[in-house]
Amino acid sequence: MNNYELMVIFTPVLSDEEYKAAQKKFAALVKDNGGELVHTNPWGLKSLAYPIAKKTTGLYWVMEYKAPSSFNEKLKIQLLRDESVLRHMFTVLDKYAVEYNAKKKSGVQHSVTEKAEA
Amino acid sequence: MPKPNEIKYLTAIKAEKRPKKYCRFKKLGIHYIDYKDADFLKKFLNEQGKLLPRRITGNSLKYQRKVSDAVKKARQMAILPYVTDLLK
Repeated sequence: MNNYELMVIFTPVLSDEEYKAAQKKFAALVKDNGGELVHTNPWGLKSLAYPIAKKTTGLYWVMEYKAPSSFNEKLKIQLLRDESVLRHMFTVLDKYAVEYNAKKKSGVQHSVTEKAEA
Repeated sequence: MPKPNEIKYLTAIKAEKRPKKYCRFKKLGIHYIDYKDADFLKKFLNEQGKLLPRRITGNSLKYQRKVSDAVKKARQMAILPYVTDLLK
């Protein structure tokens, strides 16, 4: 079991229900394959830094999960097959990343102020 | 012919000493650089969205690599632009 983070950009034409359903679909996939969901964070509509597939906005979604390493390939196939997904990215989280995300979730603005000064 | 210690310069020689650069990640104990935090990553980019060199940011090699990885991830996910003008 490893820690991963998945970021997906959905096409902005999805309605609220479709957006939620898509999230649920991928979250369920994690659970069905022996993974464990740590945290999900729908960012909602956000403008893209450059157009992707002629769209200037996208619905972002970030999911943190634990899963066996063989699972990502399966998830990738599903993501590529889904036409509402503009782009996705997996990130392997090391122990510092897990710590950072846990702090961020608990609302501790730990080093953000320090970062701003630096 | 003046002696060496009598030479006068037209412009004053710079005597001020620059403060030593340091790696902010080492100093503040930041181990993970989040690719999702665009405002933070912008500190390491110039106005065209290019990465600033280590010479200027003062980052250690280890963290400069992490910064560059984070910026590249952010670019892939359209959080930061690949090319632009007037980023700041």
